[in-house]
Amino acid sequence: MSLLEVRNLTVEFATSAGQFRAVEGVDVTLDKGEVLAIVGESGSGKSVSMLAVMGLLPWTATITADRMAFEGRDLREITPAERRKIIGKDIAMIFQEPMSSLNPCFTVGFQIKEALRQHLGLDRKARHNRAIELFEQVGIPAPEKRLNVFPHQMSGGMNQRVMIAMAIACNPKVLIADEPTTALDVTIQAQILDLLLELREKNGMALALITHDMGVVAETAERVAVHYAGQKVEEQPVAGLFGRPYHPYTAALLAALPERATSRILPTIPGVVPGQFDRPAGCLFAPRCAHASAICQTRPPLPRGADEGHARCHTPLLPDGKTVAAPIEEVSQ
Amino acid sequence: MSEQIVTARNLARHYEVKQGFLSAPATVRALSDVSFDLRPGQTLAVVGESGCGKSTLARLVTMIEEPTGGELRIKGEAVTRDHWASLRSSVQIVFQDPYGSLNPRQRISTILQEPLKINRPDMSAEERDRLAREKLALVGLRPEHYDRFPHMFSGGQRQRISIARALMLDPAILVLDEPISALDVSIQSQILNLLVELQERLGLAYLFISHDLSVVRHFCDDVIVMYLGRVVEQGPSKEVFANPRHPYTKALISATPRAVPGSGRKRIKLQGELPSPMDLIEGCPFAPRCWRVTDQCRKSRPELSGGAHGIACYNPED
Repeated sequence: MSLLEVRNLTVEFATSAGQFRAVEGVDVTLDKGEVLAIVGESGSGKSVSMLAVMGLLPWTATITADRMAFEGRDLREITPAERRKIIGKDIAMIFQEPMSSLNPCFTVGFQIKEALRQHLGLDRKARHNRAIELFEQVGIPAPEKRLNVFPHQMSGGMNQRVMIAMAIACNPKVLIADEPTTALDVTIQAQILDLLLELREKNGMALALITHDMGVVAETAERVAVHYAGQKVEEQPVAGLFGRPYHPYTAALLAALPERATSRILPTIPGVVPGQFDRPAGCLFAPRCAHASAICQTRPPLPRGADEGHARCHTPLLPDGKTVAAPIEEVSQ
Repeated sequence: MSEQIVTARNLARHYEVKQGFLSAPATVRALSDVSFDLRPGQTLAVVGESGCGKSTLARLVTMIEEPTGGELRIKGEAVTRDHWASLRSSVQIVFQDPYGSLNPRQRISTILQEPLKINRPDMSAEERDRLAREKLALVGLRPEHYDRFPHMFSGGQRQRISIARALMLDPAILVLDEPISALDVSIQSQILNLLVELQERLGLAYLFISHDLSVVRHFCDDVIVMYLGRVVEQGPSKEVFANPRHPYTKALISATPRAVPGSGRKRIKLQGELPSPMDLIEGCPFAPRCWRVTDQCRKSRPELSGGAHGIACYNPED
């Protein structure tokens, strides 16, 4: 049984201009000790799908799913009180913007100890010691002093580390890290990623890493899910994804990396991600796809089998990475 | 080789910070002893972690601030306060955050024409309009975008508008302060390509400030690696990346994740933190975190030496 299992998750937001579908038919499976990376551009629904699992979306959001289970219990069927016992303890999240995610009215020490009191019921002394230990783990110098400091007195990188310390305070079974290292310098980024991987080794923690940095993905993840405009378009083990992408979007994303460039002009993906009002009728990537055919414009593709990277594509790429198979006209209807 | 357009010799910028009522003000050495040359058509990258002084350098070159030491020459003229007004139009800057650097209340037309209104007051309105439309086309935006507001554009398009605005006065030098780090991966390559094309077409000199080494490696001719306000390594980018000699450069390169799964590289882990620029460190600023440190490093500071590929280190890597 998987630790976290989400089937066919869809999230819609009620906006003044009508329903906006931010996440569409996304599956997430996470086993003990596994590192899953979720990559995609902004607006691809990667954060929203994880916030839905955490139950942190505002009331304007409508969440539908066939299944949303943690350790076999469906998160939507248990009471809010029970859910609060799981969220923050067994499933924890590192949020994207440390400056706006920490409460400016309380010291960071208070905020980190709050989780320890709520979930673990430690006494004052034990909480203090644990907080110091956590600060040391995430590489905050002079932890004793830093506990009494307010978020605005520290740099973004330091606050990010406080966020990480808070998230790992209760030794979560699943840690969702939403761009945990984007605000940090590369040398600190390397420290933090090593720390997260170490926690996984030690506690068997599962890690869902939301990022847009392909380098971070390649060096930390085991499995990668690529999101585009709210859909999961491909999912593969990391070596397969980088070596043999099936979806043209994945391939284009990899080709656009400066380190893979062969000439001074980089290959690009023309256009932008579709928004609320210009969502294509067929494949969502079709308007930007170099290989789009007639069927792509009209019919939304379904995910393929695991042997083809679950690619949501009518015409997945062939091994040379340049050409596609001829679209199979469906005989149904 | 063409004429140097920017020459900097031992540039320094120190700030005085008040520490309290009675104590003497402390000095923050944001930038010390930076020297470089920039030619038309050349891209010089400045890399380093936050707090290393790369943005301070950008502020000096764009004449937002005055250096407290050293000499800066732009187009052969010494940069002093009396020359600022005449030189400023040849140096323009593109900022990191395209969401914060465009006035949300102004139309694109107004944003683009503003530099002309201020610097070329004699120019007629039609001429301004014509130039603004021309620059808009130059950065790959369509004529119908001309009368829109910034909120109607995506991040990549806004960055194009910022670039168009920077080009309005036909500058010779563009300072690019992390121009793509706020953009999505698929948009980053579009903007980089635009910058390459503009450079080829207009012969611009770029001062490219970045912390993304994979972009610098691809895009830049020369690179300056800074640590705590000082240059630790400087040279042609190909050589610096292929053969980094300063331990800090080596650590920085090894810490940058590469999109090659399972490469099993050993990352060099740096211990500790960037020291505060207020503390006066005797000796090499990198010594407290360096793994090749000797007593000599702690006592005196190594000077940048070694010609075209210079390093400031007593025990460089081979």
